[in-house]
Amino acid sequence: MIDVESLARLALFADLTRPQLEAVAHAVDEQRFPRGTRILREGLSGSAFYVVVEGEATVQIGGEERARLRPGDFFGEVSILTGGAPDADVIAASDELRAAVLAGPELEPLLLDYPKLAVRMLEVEARRLRSANRWQG
Amino acid sequence: MAGIDRLFPPGDYDVVVVGSGPGGLQASYFLSRLGVNVATISADDEPGGMFCKWPIFERLLSWSMLDAPCEPGTREYEWYDHNSLLALEPELRALVPAQMGRDFVVPSRQEMKAGMAAFAAAVPVRYGCRWESTRRDEGGFTLVTSDGEYGCRAAVFALGVTEPWRSPIPGIEDVPHYADAGAAESYEGKTVFVIGKRNSGFELADGLLPWARQVILASPRPVQTRVLALSTVRVRYLQPLEDAGLGGGTLALDAAIERIERTGDGFRILAHGTTRPGPFDLRADAVIAATGFSTPLRDLGVSTVAQGRIPALTPFWESTNVPGAYFAGNTSQGAPGLRKHGVGASSPAVHGFRYNARLLAERIAGRRLDEAQVDDPVGFLLHELRRAPELWAQKGYLARVMTLEPPRDEGVQPLAHFVDAAGPDAVAVCVEMDAEGSIFPGIYVRRGGRLRETALDPQALHDFEREEYRRALELLLR
Repeated sequence: MIDVESLARLALFADLTRPQLEAVAHAVDEQRFPRGTRILREGLSGSAFYVVVEGEATVQIGGEERARLRPGDFFGEVSILTGGAPDADVIAASDELRAAVLAGPELEPLLLDYPKLAVRMLEVEARRLRSANRWQG
Repeated sequence: MAGIDRLFPPGDYDVVVVGSGPGGLQASYFLSRLGVNVATISADDEPGGMFCKWPIFERLLSWSMLDAPCEPGTREYEWYDHNSLLALEPELRALVPAQMGRDFVVPSRQEMKAGMAAFAAAVPVRYGCRWESTRRDEGGFTLVTSDGEYGCRAAVFALGVTEPWRSPIPGIEDVPHYADAGAAESYEGKTVFVIGKRNSGFELADGLLPWARQVILASPRPVQTRVLALSTVRVRYLQPLEDAGLGGGTLALDAAIERIERTGDGFRILAHGTTRPGPFDLRADAVIAATGFSTPLRDLGVSTVAQGRIPALTPFWESTNVPGAYFAGNTSQGAPGLRKHGVGASSPAVHGFRYNARLLAERIAGRRLDEAQVDDPVGFLLHELRRAPELWAQKGYLARVMTLEPPRDEGVQPLAHFVDAAGPDAVAVCVEMDAEGSIFPGIYVRRGGRLRETALDPQALHDFEREEYRRALELLLR
């Protein structure tokens, strides 16, 4: 459980009504990670979906930083939706990272319950894909 | 307890344990068996913690089987006895089933309390000594108590998650919390509105079924019946839900409560549906807030989760931001572990946190209580997978660890620690469960600093000592 105000500030949840936000706040857990802690682990199955509430994290592949995540950014959804293990480590990069955490098996039901949340997520994924394509090009 | 009151006078100790519930007793017991200079203090006058007053309907949910496929007092028997604390001495084991009759497989509150008291006879505690505030300094902590000051390099707080907590709903301050709810008979013939659809909410609903005219439970999130069906709390949840399904007096609403208003002889509750949107305008003779509990952390300054209710902890149950502040008992749930496939640890219950307390004590002491002789490494690990109560009680959370060359038992460790720790080539095995409830061995092999995870197949009889598992594990360790 996390406080509703923390979720209300995040773009991912911007389309939800207050009662819907309260239901989501009851479904997610709050976790805090000190600097340097691994949150998502490359190659390890069964992980969760995370939304950064406070602090920063880095995405690392083979120890090399590939991206930086800030409040409102989310991660873990690709391995849950594709059924594989994560391709990268995500590591807390501020004194303390505070995250809203949803168990992997609960992500799909959440997206089905709140389609607008799924659309928000899709928009972000599309931007990430476009950015990756430009980088490769 | 007048004689015992003279124990542990204020002064300097290596470690101070605060609390005399099952978490405090278990941590204190193992610390003293490890030779740590430990003082244990408690604000209470007697051992037992929350079991001195809760659950209010007097019956626990956790099992202790009087007859099991193994003898009471053995390590394997812990698997069937979820309520007793752990001990090295045979006479201190399986103390809760020793208090129980055969009418139920779960103890009454009094039986549980008596089992704790029998164990506490071997654990010295200074009772009636209230921890009031804390100073941190270079050497550790000074705990200011009602009896004086205690200095220590590390402190173990086993405070329970027992302080009534209320959601920020306007008007909730006018209704009693679960902790202050009246006797069941005082709700006879009344419509009772319960805020909350988790453990304490359903305990109230179940306990009030024979008395109240109607029980309405409400909270924003739907009841997770599929998850509940496999959990120990199903006993209480499913009866009120069955009543709701039969069209009886019970209603379980998915609603966000906007406010509670007092009316002449009762209450008006204004809410908004979540699963099915729409307003609710309800009346009730009584309202009870079953909104949960928090840990009384006082001035410790530790980072928290769950809206400030639980300390945020490392895999070894140390505060993430206050080094040297450790937590035992129910509060050890602040170290969630990997929660693979969404499966949580059993740390909120005795059968989970008793193992956490043992590992915590070993961590603080810097040594282990025992080490298994490993002549047949694969056989040893498979036997642990099939029989170790630690691995079965704390699925996907605690693992048996063995270094590979030479094979050496490294004891039970938190899996979340092993997967991130550097160290020699080693293997960790744990019992895991997926979201569908399948139980299978998880094998984690660390070689040259790189970790490889393998999930072995489930087996209908959970017989992980069969030949196919031996071959699979041999291959992974080759």
